[in-house]
Amino acid sequence: MKSLIFLFQSLVILCFLMFSLSSSFGAESTYPFGLLMVGPANDHGWSQAHFEAGQEMEKVLPGTKMIYIDKVNPADRPGITVPMLVDDLVSKGAKLIIGNSDDMKDGMREAAMTHPDIKFIHISGDDVVTGKAGVNLSNLMGRMEYGKMMAGFTAAMSSKTGKIGYLGPLINAETRRLTAAAYLGARYAWTKIRKKDAADLKFKVSWIGFWFNIPGVTSDPTLVTNSFINSGYDVIISGIDTTEALVVAGQKRKEGKNVWAIPYDYVGACTTAPKACLGVPYFNWIPGYTQMIGNAMSGKWKQEFLWLDPDWKSINNMKTSSVGFKAGDSLGEKVKEGLADFQASLADGSLNLFTGPLNFQDGTVFLKDKITATDDQIWNLPQLLEGMEGASK
Amino acid sequence: MSIILQMRRIVMISVLALSAVSLLLMLLGISPLTIGITLAKGSIFSWLKFNHVLSVWIPLLLCSCGLLFTFRAGLWNIGVEGQVICGAIGATLVLRLDNTGLPPAALLSLALFSSFLAGGLWGASAGLLKTRGGVNEIFGGLGLNFVAQGAVLWLILGPWKRAGMASMSGTDLFPRELWMWVPQGWRVAPAAIVLVIIIFLLTSLILNASQFGLKIKAAGFNPQASRLFGIRPNLICFMAMIIGGGLAGLAGGVQVSCVYHRLIPSISSGYGYLALLVVMLAGYKVAPVPIICLLFACLAAGSIQLPITLQVDSSLSGVIQGALVLSGLLVYGLQQGKRRGH
Repeated sequence: MKSLIFLFQSLVILCFLMFSLSSSFGAESTYPFGLLMVGPANDHGWSQAHFEAGQEMEKVLPGTKMIYIDKVNPADRPGITVPMLVDDLVSKGAKLIIGNSDDMKDGMREAAMTHPDIKFIHISGDDVVTGKAGVNLSNLMGRMEYGKMMAGFTAAMSSKTGKIGYLGPLINAETRRLTAAAYLGARYAWTKIRKKDAADLKFKVSWIGFWFNIPGVTSDPTLVTNSFINSGYDVIISGIDTTEALVVAGQKRKEGKNVWAIPYDYVGACTTAPKACLGVPYFNWIPGYTQMIGNAMSGKWKQEFLWLDPDWKSINNMKTSSVGFKAGDSLGEKVKEGLADFQASLADGSLNLFTGPLNFQDGTVFLKDKITATDDQIWNLPQLLEGMEGASK
Repeated sequence: MSIILQMRRIVMISVLALSAVSLLLMLLGISPLTIGITLAKGSIFSWLKFNHVLSVWIPLLLCSCGLLFTFRAGLWNIGVEGQVICGAIGATLVLRLDNTGLPPAALLSLALFSSFLAGGLWGASAGLLKTRGGVNEIFGGLGLNFVAQGAVLWLILGPWKRAGMASMSGTDLFPRELWMWVPQGWRVAPAAIVLVIIIFLLTSLILNASQFGLKIKAAGFNPQASRLFGIRPNLICFMAMIIGGGLAGLAGGVQVSCVYHRLIPSISSGYGYLALLVVMLAGYKVAPVPIICLLFACLAAGSIQLPITLQVDSSLSGVIQGALVLSGLLVYGLQQGKRRGH
């Protein structure tokens, strides 16, 4: 009986402590916002780019305070759904929620419906365009096509074997579009600068099935990269959220193989293996976040679909450019010069790689001669292009 | 067993587990009190959060009820995960049917029934492997887990993939009318709560107060002796596997129709393995199971607060669960040893 009484007493004390502490929690800021990241906040890739932009917001937009949670995916957090997390962030005062993954599309839409007073930014979706989103949900994305073209360009300029591997995540319109852009950049460098035959350029995509490795569920990106390199591919362009391609390329270089990788997403991605890194096309979420959160804070929120360009005057300006390309240390001088010219002609519009004649992978016509693709055609690219190897759907 | 002894056991397990976890936390430089408060705040101190707890509690309790049957029959049904997945597939199969003309409520009931059937079939396969093929249910179950995981991946990337996509994100969402009804301000379907309570009461009734329950116990306790009473232990084991699998399958059906509204690769959320821990901690008895499930659900739902408010990895809740179960096993072991006079 004594132990029972003791148990009861300690319970009462515990409850008392909890309540007294609960009131001291949550020092108020004027505009807390939530960030749901699909991967770890320190992944050197997609999620870290978002995380650091979120941190920057606290400086750029005084009064904001970021509440974040990473690894928001059913494999890492079983039983936890996006609507649940949104409930929680809202209860902590968040007035705007950012969901940073295509994978959160359904959850974000559902959460936006249950919380009409809260603003939502879903990244890489197009619910606004398709009309599936409520007025409190906007979409944000950068025009990474340009970054990927630069990646493809650098890859084809550097490759000795003419075999470029693309480590793809899953197959959807976004990844088809970006992979095709990388191919177009590579083909341009191969045929126009290096004056070689397009047929001698091998460009192969291997899809792992998700944005990052989930053991037992996706293909292992480390193995995929290894098999690329073992079959003669000497530049691997990564399309996934994490840095496996670069890590493997770094290891292979140490073993004496002359291979490189081009990571993705995060400005600092090359630091993982600088010697093997040709450069990185990256997202800078600061301009997009500033615009959307700033508008929401000042009551000027309107539903938007923002697909932001690089700042062509200075693509690596972290204040203004939503998409950038940071050249790696191992990039040769000649390639660097070529890349600068290439960027200049993309910038002034004299070069548009999505210009016909272009065929789809199955041989059907995508763009007739001299016709350029519309934004809609690029955004919703239904197939890979002729000359690319790998599954289209 | 007397209530005092029960209480003493609970206190001993809690003290043991708590001190072990607290020690670990202090070594890591984290205050155990803060962790406790954070977990509690994240699970029971608001109606919405308690809803999230319930949405873990329901499938966990269903799996645990299934395991009570198989444990009682002396079987180590390690294949719960696979059975949950098969149940989820079974439910999805029904919910994806077009133009059935059935009202949503009927289709949802049919989906849940189908999930029970699919899980039961999977359980039966493990049972068959054991009774006919002589494969130990642990290995059979593990093998079948992998097969089920493979099947769900194939379905999601293959026949059931979204239009124009090949992604592990899962199948398309079901139409809104096929989501189980949730009242305003709730996050969990009342129908699912009622269902799981009924299932638990039935489990309790069958295992503790029916002839069939007695037969299961006899077959589990001493298969040879049970034959003398006209019990066919193989058949009883087989039936226990079907029921166990069916209830796990039902958990999968609930996951699909109430929580995710689509089929995803990790639809089982690890509840199959968690339920094993629950039932072990309950000492294979029926009564403590819902309470332990609730405790584990609080830990699971509350753990999400750790990274949000404390920037501590949420897998800590798994450590707490593990410590509880280990302490539980230790205390049972010690008490049994004492009783045997060691």
